[in-house]
Amino acid sequence: MASLSIKDRQAGDVTILDLSGKITIGEGSVQLREAVKRMLDDGKKKILLNLGDVSYVDSSGIGELVSSYTTTGNNGGQLKLLNQTKKIHDLLTITKLVTVFETHDNEETAIASFK
Amino acid sequence: MTETIELSIDSKLEFVDLVASVTKSVTAKMEFDEDDASWIELAVHEAVINAITHGNRNSADKQVEVRFVTEQEALTVYVRDRGEGFDPSQLPDPTSSDNLLNPSGRGIFYMRTFMDEVEHSIHPEGGSVVRLTKNKRSS
Repeated sequence: MASLSIKDRQAGDVTILDLSGKITIGEGSVQLREAVKRMLDDGKKKILLNLGDVSYVDSSGIGELVSSYTTTGNNGGQLKLLNQTKKIHDLLTITKLVTVFETHDNEETAIASFK
Repeated sequence: MTETIELSIDSKLEFVDLVASVTKSVTAKMEFDEDDASWIELAVHEAVINAITHGNRNSADKQVEVRFVTEQEALTVYVRDRGEGFDPSQLPDPTSSDNLLNPSGRGIFYMRTFMDEVEHSIHPEGGSVVRLTKNKRSS
């Protein structure tokens, strides 16, 4: 049973990754890392992570969001967050990562922000 | 009345969900509210992950022991590994600007944030122990 399911879709040149499940140490974090790497390898450098259906995140999952952010930036891209849950918001706030990530609650606004 | 629940797992990440199941049962029985219950679950999860990966260095044959002690007003969880322990005062602050983009180093910070007491010690028979305590909110 996969702990995290990731589906990708395009909105213009923005790639939206719809995440569902758990981003935790091991499988979930690895799946996210590989998905972001795959997008970057395909030249997709505007990445929006839709976290609306993420049920659980641990410190490794938060670390993987940070890694995804820095990897994307290092490849000349941008990574933003969409629909963060209250729990994820709390975890990002406590560790001051809200100052790092650009987050959106509305998909259209999020997509437009990449232009 | 004090009640104790103990379980012992091999150092395998696949067993971490078992500990989460027990944590959920214990917090539900103690009637912690939903928020506290989920943060306790995360704190115990982080402690067990640290025990497996740092304390026992992923050696599957080394055990992680988890002991839940429930009292009327508080839950205390002891997580023991077989490692040599560490000095928690030497941990870098994950919220400082130099460390903000580090991919790791937030587990103990979350434990300290969500629990009322977090104490690391060396077990007299070997290994290190983290004690996590959460008090019930007075209603």
